[in-house]
Amino acid sequence: MLKTFSIGGVHPAENKLSANSAIEVLAIPQKVVIPVSQHIGAPAKAVVAKGDVVKVGQVIAQSGGFVSANIHSSVSGIVTKIEDTLDSSGYRKMAILIDVEGDEWLESIDRTDNLVVDITMSAEEIKQRVAEAGIVGLGGATFPSHVKLAVPEGKKVEVLILNGVECEPYLTSDDRLMLEKGDQIMVGIQILMKALNVNRAIIGVEKNKPESIANLEKLSAKYKGIEICPLKVKYPQGGEKQLIKATINREVPSGQLPLNVGAVVHNVGTAFAVYEAVQKNKPLFERVVTVTGKTLAKPSNFMVRVGTPVSSLIDAAGGLPEDTGKVINGGPMMGKALSSIDVPVVKGTSGIVIMPEEQASRRQATNCIKCAKCVSVCPMGLEPHLLSKMAIRQMHDKLEAEKVMDCMECGSCSFECPASIPLLDYIRLGKGRVGNIIRSRN
Amino acid sequence: MNLLKIAPSPHVAGKHTTQNLMVGVLLALLPAWAASVYYFGWGAILISLVSIASCMMFEFFIQKYLLKQQPTLNDGSAILTGLLLAFNLPSNLPIGLIILGAFVAVGVGKMTFGGLGNNPFNPALVGRVFLLISFPVQMTSWPKPTGFTADVVTGATPLGLMKEGLKNGESVNAIMAKLPSHMEMFYGHMGGSMGEVAAVLLILGGLYMIVRKIITWHIPVFTLGTVAVFTGILNYVSPEMYAGPVFHLLTGGVMLGAIYMATDYVTSPMSKKGMAIFGIGIGVITVVIRVFGAYPEGISFAILIMNAFVPLINAYIKPKRFGEEVKNG
Repeated sequence: MLKTFSIGGVHPAENKLSANSAIEVLAIPQKVVIPVSQHIGAPAKAVVAKGDVVKVGQVIAQSGGFVSANIHSSVSGIVTKIEDTLDSSGYRKMAILIDVEGDEWLESIDRTDNLVVDITMSAEEIKQRVAEAGIVGLGGATFPSHVKLAVPEGKKVEVLILNGVECEPYLTSDDRLMLEKGDQIMVGIQILMKALNVNRAIIGVEKNKPESIANLEKLSAKYKGIEICPLKVKYPQGGEKQLIKATINREVPSGQLPLNVGAVVHNVGTAFAVYEAVQKNKPLFERVVTVTGKTLAKPSNFMVRVGTPVSSLIDAAGGLPEDTGKVINGGPMMGKALSSIDVPVVKGTSGIVIMPEEQASRRQATNCIKCAKCVSVCPMGLEPHLLSKMAIRQMHDKLEAEKVMDCMECGSCSFECPASIPLLDYIRLGKGRVGNIIRSRN
Repeated sequence: MNLLKIAPSPHVAGKHTTQNLMVGVLLALLPAWAASVYYFGWGAILISLVSIASCMMFEFFIQKYLLKQQPTLNDGSAILTGLLLAFNLPSNLPIGLIILGAFVAVGVGKMTFGGLGNNPFNPALVGRVFLLISFPVQMTSWPKPTGFTADVVTGATPLGLMKEGLKNGESVNAIMAKLPSHMEMFYGHMGGSMGEVAAVLLILGGLYMIVRKIITWHIPVFTLGTVAVFTGILNYVSPEMYAGPVFHLLTGGVMLGAIYMATDYVTSPMSKKGMAIFGIGIGVITVVIRVFGAYPEGISFAILIMNAFVPLINAYIKPKRFGEEVKNG
């Protein structure tokens, strides 16, 4: 019996078209656009100016506070502009634009590819290095990783859980990373274990990645304290709370953090970035991005420098198909539809999914038939039909009482609704308004 | 290249639609319908067609001309109401009454409340109970299963005979000797409404719906289970006065009611616990009416009464929240 979470979940078609495509290094573009906010928290502040020459790995924007992150240049060249530019959020945000010249790296970065297993830094040094290197959660949430490593007084971490689930359809970047960079991920996990002072780590991987599971299980013999936990394929298994429930059978209470049940969760891609930062002195400026879709000529996984335009990735995968309806940044369940493919790849860009025209429209919404399918699939045990109706009627007190803020916006409800009611749209609206009300109370 | 479409997530959808759920229920009812035609002949075919056509026609006209909305016949709900209404009627009911029943079912039971999804009571049962109360004679002359013969022979249903016999002071065993055997009732060889015969096929259809995730097991199991337990206790206490659970489960449309009428999404609770309470309530009321009430059959009234409690059940029985049980941090 495979482990899984107990409440809710849906089964979208997996479509892991790029699962067998090895990671290819994408050519460096001629220009990059590097936003100063690629993370949750305060935006970073630019520390370069127009005309400055920069090298790969150089800090170009300084962290804007504790919950923030450094931004490093992913290329060498000349800074041409620092201005508001369209990014994948759909809005114009502050970014540093660089014209690329050559590929010159900071001398302090170790570019050799031999595996460095010994961890010489202390826990404190590790935490500092992770912060300096601008590492954020690479699962897509982009939460600054050093904040998760700062365990407050009185709280004890019992287990480090690694998220290798990749439950979104189409996405395969974590899968390929676990298959091709397994050793590095393992060392990265041990580094994180040292920083958190735990001796137990569990890597959760969905069963639809048998080769990755086999590879990690083989490697775990060499690395003490790391277990592999194959999980049932069910969306959203990769949600932090669902992963903790499935692996160690503890439920994080509403409004609380995983730390309250003794767990810290990091994505496997983040563990890989931690390895590179600590063992190779390499900051975070590139990541694996899946480019995929049924109409795309060559679904692929690329190692991409931050700031590369999404159009370059699509070109390298065969070019944008004629009948494209939507280009999604992320997976089809929670990803954001892009208004332009000229936006840059950032630290949180896990994948680009091309949807053909005929799959790009929603079905016509009809009457709610009270089938309660939305209730049965909600992984947080909420009642989406009720939250949606309350949001429309602006019943904010009742929304808060019905725990609308627990909604993780996974999209299972809208996915399952037979009447094609856009439940999540209304719930997001309600969440936004209730969130404002709650914030204005403090 | 065309402009890119943007929309909030999710960008994919599941396979269930209102239409294919309704079609699933219709498919589940097909075997029982075929049995009905086998036992009751042309009458069965005629009632089904008239009922379905009338329900569709009334829904279309009310939506298009009275409410000035786009007709939604292709969601299949009017067709399903039509078939379920037919299943609740004797196969020799005059055509005019069927049309009237369809009007009440769709017009009063569904459209007055705002159409699909807004009605508190099961529309087919609203139509059926209206006909039963307004035309009791025609609604209680049940054809015997004579297949495609020219003459329809009518008589009371086994449940009706049991009630009459008990009132006259006969013992249960004496009455049972005059009725079809349990096996015959299981396969539908008895008098009754179109849908109350052929328990085996109704159950088969129910299993099909559960496998296809159209309904869950809760309402049918709790309803039938309650009927079985309640009548089982009565029968154990006084076997001469109260018929046994098997008899009660196979007669009077409780199979049809528990599996197809009580499970109607719109008029049933939305949580599993709520569904259990709903099923138990239906079971209790059905048996009380059958055994202690004036009517031989109780399930139609039982379902309508419990329909009235559904908003209350939905308001107070909530699903289990994630993280609810951990009290301390």
